[in-house]
Amino acid sequence: MLRRFLERFTLTDLFMWLVGGSIILLVVVGSIATLRAGNYTARHWFDFIVFGIAQGSVYALIALGYTLVYGILRMINFAHSEVYMSGAFTGYFAANAMSKSGFLDQNPLVGLLAIFAVAMTTSVTVAVLLERIAYRPLRRAPRLVPLITAIGASFFLQYTFRGLYGSQNRAYPEVDVLEGSWSLGGEFIIQKIQVLVIVAAALFMFSLYMFVQHTRTGKAMRAVSEDKDVAALMGIDVDAIIVRTFILGASLAGAAGVLYALMFRQVNFFMGFIPGIKAFTAAVLGGIGNIPGAMLGGLFLGLFESVGPTLFLDGLGIPAPYQLKDVIAFTMLVLVLIYRPTGILGERLATTKA
Amino acid sequence: MEKKVSFNWLSTLQIGLLGGAVAILISLIGMVEEFSQRDIISGVITMGQTLIIIAILMAGYFAASRAAGAAKPMRPVSGALAGLVTSALLAGLVLIIPPLDLRSIFPNASPALIKILTFDQETVGLVYLLITGAVVGALGGLIDILPAQIRRSVVLALFWVGLLGLLQELIRVTLTNMPQVGAALKWMFGSRGLSIPGAIVVFIVIAGGNYLWAVRGGQAQERFRALPPAQRRATQWGSTLVAIAIVLYLPNVLGSYLSEVANQVGLFILMGLGLNIVVGFAGLLDLGYVAFYAVGAYAMGVLTTNAVGENAGQIVFGPQLSFWQTLPIAVGAAVLMGVILGIPVLKMRGDYLAIVTLGFGEIIRILALSDFLKPYIGGSQGIVEVGQGQVGAVTPLCLGFWPDKWWPCQEFAFSAPQTLYYMIFAGCLLALFISWRLRDSRPGRAWKALREDEDVAQAMGINLVATKLLAFATGAAFSGLSGAIFASKIGSIYPHSFNLLISINVLSLIIVGGMGSLPGVFVGALILVGLPELLREFSEYRLLMYGALLIVMMLTRPEGFWPEATHKREFHEEAAGAPPAATPESATTT
Repeated sequence: MLRRFLERFTLTDLFMWLVGGSIILLVVVGSIATLRAGNYTARHWFDFIVFGIAQGSVYALIALGYTLVYGILRMINFAHSEVYMSGAFTGYFAANAMSKSGFLDQNPLVGLLAIFAVAMTTSVTVAVLLERIAYRPLRRAPRLVPLITAIGASFFLQYTFRGLYGSQNRAYPEVDVLEGSWSLGGEFIIQKIQVLVIVAAALFMFSLYMFVQHTRTGKAMRAVSEDKDVAALMGIDVDAIIVRTFILGASLAGAAGVLYALMFRQVNFFMGFIPGIKAFTAAVLGGIGNIPGAMLGGLFLGLFESVGPTLFLDGLGIPAPYQLKDVIAFTMLVLVLIYRPTGILGERLATTKA
Repeated sequence: MEKKVSFNWLSTLQIGLLGGAVAILISLIGMVEEFSQRDIISGVITMGQTLIIIAILMAGYFAASRAAGAAKPMRPVSGALAGLVTSALLAGLVLIIPPLDLRSIFPNASPALIKILTFDQETVGLVYLLITGAVVGALGGLIDILPAQIRRSVVLALFWVGLLGLLQELIRVTLTNMPQVGAALKWMFGSRGLSIPGAIVVFIVIAGGNYLWAVRGGQAQERFRALPPAQRRATQWGSTLVAIAIVLYLPNVLGSYLSEVANQVGLFILMGLGLNIVVGFAGLLDLGYVAFYAVGAYAMGVLTTNAVGENAGQIVFGPQLSFWQTLPIAVGAAVLMGVILGIPVLKMRGDYLAIVTLGFGEIIRILALSDFLKPYIGGSQGIVEVGQGQVGAVTPLCLGFWPDKWWPCQEFAFSAPQTLYYMIFAGCLLALFISWRLRDSRPGRAWKALREDEDVAQAMGINLVATKLLAFATGAAFSGLSGAIFASKIGSIYPHSFNLLISINVLSLIIVGGMGSLPGVFVGALILVGLPELLREFSEYRLLMYGALLIVMMLTRPEGFWPEATHKREFHEEAAGAPPAATPESATTT
């Protein structure tokens, strides 16, 4: 047994073990050191966790778009981050117009719904065009080709929006109802906007889940993702189902864009890039192609990213650990892909597909 | 019975609407206005108008070719119709801008844009716009009727008129170095852009030349092939030597600005040759390629900077080596990084590999930017006072045999763009030579096998680990060299110089040139790096155009502009039976 193991054990394996080991060591030592130093009270940790969940639900919404498309087309829709950006950016103009006329503060519910509608419509339009123009003609092309097209589409969309709307940051208007916070007793405080984000994201995800599990279209989507050719033989219009998948993913991304913009107030043409990669990480984390997995992965990544820098790095005496939160997220992506490419919940994906 | 002339109004209308959408888009993203500052033919037509005209022309052309079943005279009509629809949409845009106050949303929907679209007139301008649309659309239809060869010549000639008009400022500046040539060609240029006679002459020369070459060129090639092998090789070597001599003499003609542009292109060629090995030869899509560039640049920066100390803007450790001592270390560091980042991704393919490498690139950039590593590599303030390449005078050459002009008898610094040019040129040549020799060597063939099918390659006994790592390491070496030269060229480095866009830039240029093709890297770099550097307007829309170019290339010509023979066959499998056309020599030296 041991001999066989040693025969197959190579230098690269050793290297990977060392890397993995040292990262685990770093995390453990850092966490213990931070907790022992006790610079952070329970309230701090609570804030980190709530913030992490809020951010994570936005990631989860975007991640669903990656996962849905990957499940059906086996391709990473690299331009999905721009679908998300387009919704958030266009929603700004609706929000701004309604805020200026005072409508948003008088009828906050209608106003917010209108912003969501505008954003989701834009995202869906962009995604459908994208699918029609850039992806559909390449369905039978070698794997690298659609991926490069997607990268091109991503940059094209980014800079188109920059050209259309200008390159400066735009600030979302304040909505009076969403200002302030609720006290949960004691020193624990939760901001209203974070509650909205978490609740809304949960609603969206629940309805998606019900849609995929219990409607005719959902069933067809699952069939296409199992096997496109057989699904076509069973009388399913594969192209139509693919378009509907893009529509679903894009509407979730548009909603995520508005939620993100309401939380962080700022939108610009480049805002899709980082959340896009993180959402992809979340999708991979949960097992790409797996819907509950994407939700779980998003929440997990959000939490990790919010708590992680302080917990792991502060105790090691690294200055300004929050600057490294993206490094933590990317490292996590790399680690998941190396050690468990099927993700937490995924088992369908063999290495040949990865 | 003769088939009734059917005419598909619907598809003509559809194409017209599509053209209109494109025209509105390029107007609203500001390209039309921005490009209007550059005349192509002095006082006649600007680049901005040209963009609109190209959109209409394309609409007309496609509408006409869709109507291919119809009688010939109907095709220009169909083109005119499509052009009319396109320009009608633009006219609609002009009409709705002021009442809806579109400018508050689209900053580029400005009065200046309206002025351009209506030819500086008021309402009458809209009529002109519609007429232009119909006429240009009809012209597009006419182009479709022309015999294929004439069409190709005409399009090529129009392209060259446009290019020369765009570059006229630079051409004139360059011509000042050669007064005689400048005076002889003065009539060709107007105050901005080409003059009218100049444009006509360029058009006739290019169109005629291209047509003649297409008709007669075959004979010349035949004659060349008929030569005895020794003579043929001599001709090839001779032309290569002439080409090298011209390239070596270039900086004397170009002046410092154009040399600077050439250097920029050269650095990207160097990186492109490296990524070409990783993506083009081995088929490993690496989006974090900038990481190695950054490592090379930072190695050069940290090891040679003079700004060492405890003060702000200084780093705590720096051995202050010389450029030449550091260069191999920088390349070595990049290679090491290539191997270190290569090991974790050995088992990944395609999409996953792309995302993970992208993550690596970002990790490196964020680390460079962080306060955590600031004392060592400067954080967001970067590293200043990076050393430059200096060569001591060679004593025997300084005893008076040589005129000072040929070999200056003092320290010679690679600092001015014109001198740096030679260093970058040498680097490119070295990289080109290595890639060329590697391509058909054992590892080169292993890379190609890997690209085609990893599992089969492994089954054939190829060591995947070694092959992949060699590809990553070689690619990283070129990139590191490029980064090191870059650091010394600008003298100071900042983390912002090493973002994802560089990786995308390099990737685009090898895809446009043709994946796996060595001359393709040069073509791609000239188009994608050279043009935007020369034209400020282009650089504004650089990434937009890269994105569009990547999509269009993948849809229409996935093998690139100058494809490698095997790749070409792969993408056009109907021609798979054809024997390999080009030998490696003829592909690189011509």
